Amino acid sequence: MTATPAKVPETADEPTPGSAPTAKPAKVPHGHQRLLTRRDRLTLGLMAGVPTILHVALVWLTALASIALAFTTWDGIGFDSIRWVGLQNFRELFTNNPQFWPAVEHNVIWFVVLIVLPTPFGLFLAVQLDKKIRFSRVYQTAFFLPVVVSMAVIGFVWQLVYNPDTGLINSLIGANKPGHYIDWIGDPDLNLWAILVAASWRHAGYMMILYLAGLKSVDPALREASALDGANEWQTFKNVVFPTLRPTNTVVLVVTIIEALRAFDLVFVFNKGAQGTELLSILVTNNIIGESSRIGYGSAIAVVLLVISLAVIIPYLIATFRKERRA
Amino acid sequence: MSTVVGAHKQRTPIRPARVLLHTFLVLTALAWLAPLLWALLAAMRPYGETSEKGYVSWPDKLTFDNFTNAFTQSDMLHYFGTTLIVAVPAVLLTLVLSSMVAFYVSRFDFRVNLALLLVFTAGNLLPQQVIITPLYRLYLLIDLPGITMSGKLYDSALGLVLIHVAFQSGFCAFVLSNYMRSLPHELTEAALVDGASVWRLYWQIVLPLCKPAMAALATLLSIWIYNDFFWAIVLISTGENMPITSALNNLSGQYFTDPNLVAAGALLTAIPTLIVYFVLQRQFVSGLTLGANKG
Repeated sequence: MTATPAKVPETADEPTPGSAPTAKPAKVPHGHQRLLTRRDRLTLGLMAGVPTILHVALVWLTALASIALAFTTWDGIGFDSIRWVGLQNFRELFTNNPQFWPAVEHNVIWFVVLIVLPTPFGLFLAVQLDKKIRFSRVYQTAFFLPVVVSMAVIGFVWQLVYNPDTGLINSLIGANKPGHYIDWIGDPDLNLWAILVAASWRHAGYMMILYLAGLKSVDPALREASALDGANEWQTFKNVVFPTLRPTNTVVLVVTIIEALRAFDLVFVFNKGAQGTELLSILVTNNIIGESSRIGYGSAIAVVLLVISLAVIIPYLIATFRKERRA
Repeated sequence: MSTVVGAHKQRTPIRPARVLLHTFLVLTALAWLAPLLWALLAAMRPYGETSEKGYVSWPDKLTFDNFTNAFTQSDMLHYFGTTLIVAVPAVLLTLVLSSMVAFYVSRFDFRVNLALLLVFTAGNLLPQQVIITPLYRLYLLIDLPGITMSGKLYDSALGLVLIHVAFQSGFCAFVLSNYMRSLPHELTEAALVDGASVWRLYWQIVLPLCKPAMAALATLLSIWIYNDFFWAIVLISTGENMPITSALNNLSGQYFTDPNLVAAGALLTAIPTLIVYFVLQRQFVSGLTLGANKG
């Protein structure tokens, strides 16, 4: 959350050549199964069963419980206070909650900014660093450092930059005197953008690493052929290199959408999502650790988040796994 | 240096372009590090000096006093301890459990394989907030008298370990199953014919071959779990029990009047991840891109 950064299986987009012979060519079962003793079957059952039960119970059953709770009201005190209310939470959410639509808008802005600014910049950096230049490792480390550090710590570091009194920016532009403050964190017109600078700072390094890995798998012969044909650097990139990065682009897109939906830590550290920085994740959390516990209502927001996430995750995984089967 | 470049003239593009590129990269890298360097500068100056001269000023002297103060006053050693209690078992358990699932899915043709892998992978991609409300309630419901200090799963290291394992095993199962699938089938087939048990196949044949992938994932998991903020903020209520990144949140509230001290605390919190990264850089990066360049 890690700030769990979104982790996405890049693997599937690049089926390794080595996997080809071992993947099932047809429906013929492997010799393995026939050799299994009863004890082996039991062992296998436990090996797969225990982790699956843990994962399903804590992740998927709770997700289902979120859906169920979204149609109820509950103050969390005793099960008998759970009351079925149908769509009322959603109705209230969509029509009557002053924070909901701004939060949706901010999540969308978050995604658009990440995909438009740091993502291409990360690609640009990757292309530069892929040119076999000296000190490449040093540059990479500098750009990548923010990805290693906790989002929460990043939040504190950027607060030092944005602090109205003592912050770097206001000190540099002389806006740190009383009466001339620019309140980067408090001003509802500014704070989202201020946080997005920090988020972009981190995202660019992450994207750079993903693209660097993608670029390594581009066949050098393609580039040489393109150079022989007299293409310049930009033409080669546009017509030869970029099209081969398609699998990486898919991963990047999915990672970025999920990062935008998961965004939480930075905002929570900055100003707890007050005034101008509301996000869906923050609204859900406020219903738990805030003073008022409106579980059904919080769950309804979680369901919105779940539906958007699944709309991205399911098509992506289907495409990924289908490709893998073919390989 | 110019002679060296001259010798490889055909291989190297025109030099001015390279100079421009390096200039650009140096400047961008410096700009990239600026927020961290700024935090470092603030952390190394006494609060009195900065409040008098302003933050953008030439420092009279740089000291580590803020670091020692942050370390001792906020009892940081204790929080490193609470983090280790969560992170070490969580990383180990995640690796063991997810490698078992991966073994099951990749070495045998059961009908459920694909579905199982999909469930794990998709679960890991969900935003944590989707499941937090029922999870929080569940943790409050589960009584564990005598096993955890709180007597519940809520507010316990065990609770954090369980959710980390459940959540992260999705990613690891996927990566490891891809890795295991690339190992030749003959390896295990021959052993099975010779009468080796399934457990032996897993423990003595497949697992040792997965060491590189496991090392990469271990690095990644340590950093992610160490950096966790969200689970701890919601599932831990006693400040004492908090892992370090979430504990930092409380500390900064306590010391908000002295930004230099907060800067020192934040940087101290980041040190273990930076050490892991610098020592195991290769593993970390290959973990993130595992498979994209064949591990």
